[in-house]
Amino acid sequence: MDRPGANYSLPDAILLQPIMAARRSFYYVALALLGGASFGLAALLVQLRWGLGVTGLNVPVYWGVYITNFVFFIGISHAGTLISAILRLCDAEWRRSITRAAEVITVLVLFFGVGSIIVDLGRPDRMLNVLRHPNFRSPLLWDVCSISTYLTASTIYLYLPLIPDLAILRDHGGKYVWFYRFLALGWRGSERQQRILKGAIGVMAVVVIPIAISVHTVVSWVFGMTVQPMWHSTILGPYFVVGAIFSGIASIIIAMALIRRIYGLQDYLKPIHFNNLGLLLLVMALLWFYFTFSEYLTTFYGGEPSHLEVFYSKLTGRFAPLFWVMVASCFAIPVSLLSRARTRTVAGTVIASISVNVGMWLERYTIVVPTLSRPRLPWAEGTYSPTWIEVGITLGFGAAFLFLYMLFTRFFPIVSIWEIREGRELALPEAAARIRSYMPGETSDTEGKMPSISTREIRQ
Amino acid sequence: MPRWGMVIDLAKCTACQACVVACESENNVACVSPEEAGRRRILSWINLLPEIEGEYPHLNMRLMPLPCLHCDSPPCILVCPVGATDLSKEGLVRQTFARCIGCRYCTNGCPYTRRVFNWFRPEFPGDLAAALNPDVSVRPKGVVEKCTFCSHRLLKAREEAKAAKRPLAEGDYVPACVEVCPAGAMYFGDLEQHDSAVSQGSRNARAFRLLEEMGTRPKVIHLSEGEWSGGQTRS
Repeated sequence: MDRPGANYSLPDAILLQPIMAARRSFYYVALALLGGASFGLAALLVQLRWGLGVTGLNVPVYWGVYITNFVFFIGISHAGTLISAILRLCDAEWRRSITRAAEVITVLVLFFGVGSIIVDLGRPDRMLNVLRHPNFRSPLLWDVCSISTYLTASTIYLYLPLIPDLAILRDHGGKYVWFYRFLALGWRGSERQQRILKGAIGVMAVVVIPIAISVHTVVSWVFGMTVQPMWHSTILGPYFVVGAIFSGIASIIIAMALIRRIYGLQDYLKPIHFNNLGLLLLVMALLWFYFTFSEYLTTFYGGEPSHLEVFYSKLTGRFAPLFWVMVASCFAIPVSLLSRARTRTVAGTVIASISVNVGMWLERYTIVVPTLSRPRLPWAEGTYSPTWIEVGITLGFGAAFLFLYMLFTRFFPIVSIWEIREGRELALPEAAARIRSYMPGETSDTEGKMPSISTREIRQ
Repeated sequence: MPRWGMVIDLAKCTACQACVVACESENNVACVSPEEAGRRRILSWINLLPEIEGEYPHLNMRLMPLPCLHCDSPPCILVCPVGATDLSKEGLVRQTFARCIGCRYCTNGCPYTRRVFNWFRPEFPGDLAAALNPDVSVRPKGVVEKCTFCSHRLLKAREEAKAAKRPLAEGDYVPACVEVCPAGAMYFGDLEQHDSAVSQGSRNARAFRLLEEMGTRPKVIHLSEGEWSGGQTRS
């Protein structure tokens, strides 16, 4: 394989199209998103000038939309790395066309998660104090450590499987060849290089899973470690991890639907992909309901007055509309759509996913705000509603994220070209061999062990 | 080593709020406009906590002055990511304004909601700017502040005692709220001294510590006949 690019140009040319030439509509959408981002920037400048007083935050609701966004964005980041790592390790062959799109979500959205925290600081100019004067007893510092580890690991995990595709772009001879040559690190597709790359991807896929789980657990501990009513609960760690994977899968489905529609990749992102991810989403919806139910029942049965105050403010009080919309959109809507094959279509899974993401944002909001509104000493009871500054910054973050995602698809193949090709050429006989090895009376060369990513190429 | 503490006798307290005013002027607590106050953004370090009992028309309201309780196990200092708040050897929960990044984790960690945040740049309208206490730094916008037990007075009292070549005596160091209380309802001193007023008060049969069950071990102790729920029973 001297020039890997030559092999790809014909069958998968459509995957390179968005990089070779952009349609006019690309620039219109980019402009609109940049407009949204600058609106957020304007709101941010107002806040930096006058202070956090321009938000709706007050005593005792010291945290609001920004912290909700922080948890939400970090949750979505579980889309990529975790799901893609699990699917890769399980040799789920249908993963090949979706892993890249998922991994990019992770890396990009993490910046907005971290950004939400920085926007929430009263003194963002002093944020480096977390490095200069770290207090390792603070769960927020644990967050700093785990999120920066996660960002590093998921960036490597995005980059490694990108290398062969970068070499394709380099050899394809379009624009910015110097850029792709630099990033491709001299990839020639030799057997030794393949072995090293696949080994590295395999290692990263394993490493990234505990990191991803720890990240969202630590995010939940920011709340769980305090003694405040309905925060101080051991369920919060796993509950947040489940919620994160839940909203992560929903985000992949939405991203896939957009990519498929905009770049005409119906041939790569097929209904079967949506069906499989839809089933995963269904499992997570049921798991989410189980966790929610067990947490609320425990609180209710225990009957501690300060906990019940928060409990009833959610179920019947001021936060009831948000709470019940959350239950509907995290449970009722997705489960009714995804449990029937007839509605587990592309459109059905996308509607369920949008509903899940709305619901999961509300879930974080109804964890953060009601507890703070009802502190233990009732004289401090308060209310909170966000101002246009907070809404503006949230919209700005959303627009900036979509813009960066779009930009990525303009410079890199959003569907992994070499993995598709590998699937076409190698995976079929391999899967057949694997299935044969499960059967009684068969002895094959793979007996006793699953064929792993790193050994595949060698055996061929 | 002294362990500073406060005793507030609620049977003597007339709820005149002199302690609140004295604290604000002593510690350069910024003024807040009526609109901001309506949004609960007051910066007072000590408040009167209302406890309302009964139902209309048979209502009874009692008020409990509440500064920072300077807990011996303060939940707030654990969670600060930059160590901008700590417990001094003498038991004061301190706040380093110059290091605080304004994340407001400590305000959420405090079960008493006893910490306040500078939402805007502090304002001292009219002549108030000329009346600032030079011993206490004015806080910038975006940081958390709280009752310090007037720790600047401790520094001053200790220096004075040292200059006079005598040990720090009871009454040398008293926070502004205690000094000004016209009803003599507030006591301050060393909880380690067996015969001090606060130590005796802390062992009084009427003594209770607010939300003691949280395990915070507060060093502000209230004295009262009868039950105080700390407002935990809501009407």
